[in-house]
Amino acid sequence: MVDRVRQIIRDYGRLPGDVDALDDDADLYQAGMTSHASVNLMLALEAAFDIEFPDAMLKRSVFQSVRSISDALESLGAAA
Amino acid sequence: MAIAVDRDQAFLEAIRRIADEIAAPNADAVDREARFPSDTLDALRAEGALSALVPVEHGGLGLRFETIADATFELGRRCGASGMVFAMHQIQVATLLRHVDGAPWFQAYLRDLVGEQRLVASVTSEIGTGGDLGRSIAAVTPAGDDRATFEKQAPTVSYGAYADDLLTTLRRDPDAEPGDQVLVLTRRDQTTLEQNGTWDPLGMRGTCSPGFTVRAEFPTDQILPTPFSTVAPESMVPITHVLWSHLWLGIATDAFDRARAFVKASAKGRPETAQPMAIRLSHLMSDLALLRAEVGSGLRDYLELADTDRERLSTMATILRFNNLKLAASEQAPRVSQGALGVTGIVGFKNDTPFSVGRHIRDTMSASLMIANERIHQTNASLLLIAKDV
Repeated sequence: MVDRVRQIIRDYGRLPGDVDALDDDADLYQAGMTSHASVNLMLALEAAFDIEFPDAMLKRSVFQSVRSISDALESLGAAA
Repeated sequence: MAIAVDRDQAFLEAIRRIADEIAAPNADAVDREARFPSDTLDALRAEGALSALVPVEHGGLGLRFETIADATFELGRRCGASGMVFAMHQIQVATLLRHVDGAPWFQAYLRDLVGEQRLVASVTSEIGTGGDLGRSIAAVTPAGDDRATFEKQAPTVSYGAYADDLLTTLRRDPDAEPGDQVLVLTRRDQTTLEQNGTWDPLGMRGTCSPGFTVRAEFPTDQILPTPFSTVAPESMVPITHVLWSHLWLGIATDAFDRARAFVKASAKGRPETAQPMAIRLSHLMSDLALLRAEVGSGLRDYLELADTDRERLSTMATILRFNNLKLAASEQAPRVSQGALGVTGIVGFKNDTPFSVGRHIRDTMSASLMIANERIHQTNASLLLIAKDV
């Protein structure tokens, strides 16, 4: 799960630095992810894991780190 | 509870009196001369209005947020610039109150805000960010001994030269990404403002909002503990849109009232000739009613979430909701003002009749520029791709 999430962040998060340099709890927004890039990331995650994030989950704190994203996906029953 | 409501009512009565007796008679001169509405601000200070939202235990009036929204509307009806200065100040105070989180410097600051009725301005926009308030170039720069400095190029600072304190968005440190922002509150004696250019705008002239290079040196405990990325969606953005929209509704309501007074005066003795104007007035009432409905529901939606469900304020659906309030109100208010001109004709076009609506049109035209509507549409376009139930 975490590895796939990292790959999608690498492809869509448009971070200025290397995703692998960040640990699972590092703040992606502080690492330079823009809100626009975060929307693209959400769309990519929905497509890759075949899930839909409900509105209550569509907020910054859910997409803040590799771990928070993985936790959200697991809570939606996404398969690793 | 009844006592608290009485206090809110008494405050609103005082605001209406200030609006009628001080803001209204000065409004044309404030507009013509692009002069800061000092008389109105003096009267507001005397009422303790600048700390109206501060809880009683900190010495403030402890009024409800909806009372401040109503007060903004009342001031806006009489003088758009006075209403805007009041609104902008209350936005900063309301935001601070929701995020001070017991930080000692800010707790102490609240006492000074109450005692000295200090006027707070914001420095959020910045040259080079393309109007995106969620990004900063200027940064908090460590200066040793728990002190720091910043220098920010602001294209506009509302009533900057008249503010006692400035609330400024900055990058957290010189290495931080543009979106990693904090809010810093600096006092006048810690800040220098170098004005860039002149102030001779189309409307909202009394807000006196030229560009400034802002420089400050301050202790680091004046950095708000909560990051701006949390403060913006949970407080500053929805509060801004709710209070601005009340102001624009106030200005548009006065334009409508002037059109109605004109029709009434015209109908005296010759009601049949006034008939076409009266029908136009009826159309205008529909436009005003739409604006009032959107502004009222925006306030209700904010109040529903403000204290109980902060988390939901940061969801995309809620961000879209308050963006829409801003878009709708900022487009509808100038429409109503211009519609009033359609009713009053040349008499409203003249700047020196009781039915003049030129100031209303010009003031409300600023609405779509304050956080540019096209930028908000750009954000919405992106959020709409992923938000579900909007």
